[in-house]
Amino acid sequence: MPLPAYATTKDRIWYYTFRVICYAIFFFLMAPILVMIPLSFNAQPFFTFTSEMLMLRPEGYSLRWYQDFLGSDSWMRSIRNSFMIGIAATILATTLGTLAALGLSRSEMPFKGLVMALLISPMIVPLIISAAGMFFFFSQLNIAQSYLGVVLAHTALGTPFVIITVTATLVGFDHSLTRAAASLGASPSTTFFRITMPLILPGVISGALFAFITSFDEIVIVLFIAGPEQRTIPREMWSGIREDISPTILAVATLMVLISVLLLVTIELLRRRSERLRGLTPG
Amino acid sequence: MSENDTEGFVVFDRVQKSYDGETLVVKDLNLSIARGEFLTMLGPSGSGKTTCLMMLAGFETATHGEILLGGRPINNIPPHKRGIGMVFQNYALFPHMSVGENLSFPLEVRGFGRSEREQKIARALDMVQMGAFANRRPAQLSGGQQQRIALARALVFEPELVLMDEPLGALDKQLREHMQFEITRLAHNLGITTVYVTHDQTEALTMSDNVAVFDDGRIQQLAPPDVLYEEPQNSFVAQFIGENNTLDGVIKEIHGDVALVELDNGEIIDARPVNVTRAGERTRVSIRPERVEANKERLHPDAHTIRAEVLEFIYMGDVFRTRLEVAGNENFIMKSRNAPDQVRHKPGSTIEVGWLPKDCRALDMPS
Repeated sequence: MPLPAYATTKDRIWYYTFRVICYAIFFFLMAPILVMIPLSFNAQPFFTFTSEMLMLRPEGYSLRWYQDFLGSDSWMRSIRNSFMIGIAATILATTLGTLAALGLSRSEMPFKGLVMALLISPMIVPLIISAAGMFFFFSQLNIAQSYLGVVLAHTALGTPFVIITVTATLVGFDHSLTRAAASLGASPSTTFFRITMPLILPGVISGALFAFITSFDEIVIVLFIAGPEQRTIPREMWSGIREDISPTILAVATLMVLISVLLLVTIELLRRRSERLRGLTPG
Repeated sequence: MSENDTEGFVVFDRVQKSYDGETLVVKDLNLSIARGEFLTMLGPSGSGKTTCLMMLAGFETATHGEILLGGRPINNIPPHKRGIGMVFQNYALFPHMSVGENLSFPLEVRGFGRSEREQKIARALDMVQMGAFANRRPAQLSGGQQQRIALARALVFEPELVLMDEPLGALDKQLREHMQFEITRLAHNLGITTVYVTHDQTEALTMSDNVAVFDDGRIQQLAPPDVLYEEPQNSFVAQFIGENNTLDGVIKEIHGDVALVELDNGEIIDARPVNVTRAGERTRVSIRPERVEANKERLHPDAHTIRAEVLEFIYMGDVFRTRLEVAGNENFIMKSRNAPDQVRHKPGSTIEVGWLPKDCRALDMPS
């Protein structure tokens, strides 16, 4: 928004100060992430820019840390684990969260606020407390140090996101549509899959995305519950930093940033498409 | 047909409905609707009419009593197995489907083949003159067009009974009048039984074979439109349907179908006793404005006349509306046709007005 002609000196000063603040915040948020990317191509095993790099000499750069990463069994296993656990937890969280949101949106649901608060609590309770609780509970059930344990724990963390996004979509949902479907002869399950589901899909997709990201970068619960077999990428990075300080984790981090961006873009496109199909935005 | 013809196609048998287990929203409803009949449930909001419709559709369950469709009790049949078409107030078209897909939906769930579906969809769309719109999305249609599609969708699977819940409420006046005509024409041409819910009395009078006037969870009167308008059975119906003049008084005596009523200012008039039974009872006398006559030549020789003071004269084109003071009521309206010989009464003048005793109905005094 350009300055209006009647702006006073004070307005002008504030106008430019405001921009400077905005850019500073932006820089503060992005710089640590962006600085990692060139560093991951460092030819030397340092976390700082070498003079060759600063002079943009080709010999200062290399793909050795990427090679290192791709050639490492433990990193490959952690990638597999992250995706397996992430996808399983996302499917569970999305299913459970969608069903919960549907139930909570019904007018006859008793103790709505209480149930909602309970389901959302994993988001609010400090993670370390959930993690410790789950550790003891899962140990009793003998599912600590197992894939099942990590998946269930991540499901609990991801479900609130799905509940929130789907509930938000349901606020605008016209319940006479399900009645109309019933009057037209559709059974409740047909109505759900052909009418309700397509209409709440944008919310379900956003929720699923959040659930996946939550699981994908979660470390606290993994530290407590995962055994050596279930190490995920964040867990591997954590030990990478603590045990052998190698720029490999910069390569991994760069790849993770890339994956996250791609995922976000894809999902956003998907969500826009289904929003359009929903007939809410003209198109 | 398995049902007994004298029984009616849709029957409400002593139906009651309570949402909270204490207050009855519908109190002892008995109603029989014949096959092919267009019945309107008319009443103010909260009168129980929509609840009745929802019970018939299966979205609400009756607390008590039985609802029969074609002689079969349907209390335990879920809505999607009742085979009843329904038009909703907000149309309830599926926004993520095209018009054609909306119409295809009830046919798909019934397992019709593709060619049969297309045939039926085309026929239903032509019926509402929307044949060219099959590929549009509901959001791309105007309110009136959406209404037509909702109607076509409720009819496309050829139900024997169609329910309509204030379907014209969101349309403007002109479109509403046009759609009233179209809906009645379609319903009669197709021979379907229609139950129509509205709070608009004009709609009820112009569209229906029979009108059930609801108030306080009961049917106050069930009658064809002309009977309802001309022979209301109680004060509520008289007041709710059309414009109505009222005069309060006490019954002096009743002889057959004539009652002498002493009005509160002491004047005595003749009236037809409707739901009053004995002398001494308080009564509210009701007269339609267009049945009030100031021209003695047009009145029956033995018609009772009463003195009235002209308070206001309103020229409305086709009719004159004269506001009178009659027996203490300052809102007594006389409606007269704008005929060449019609007198335009000056405010301040005193005239004699009268009516036929049969148009003056002695009804209950509402509490």
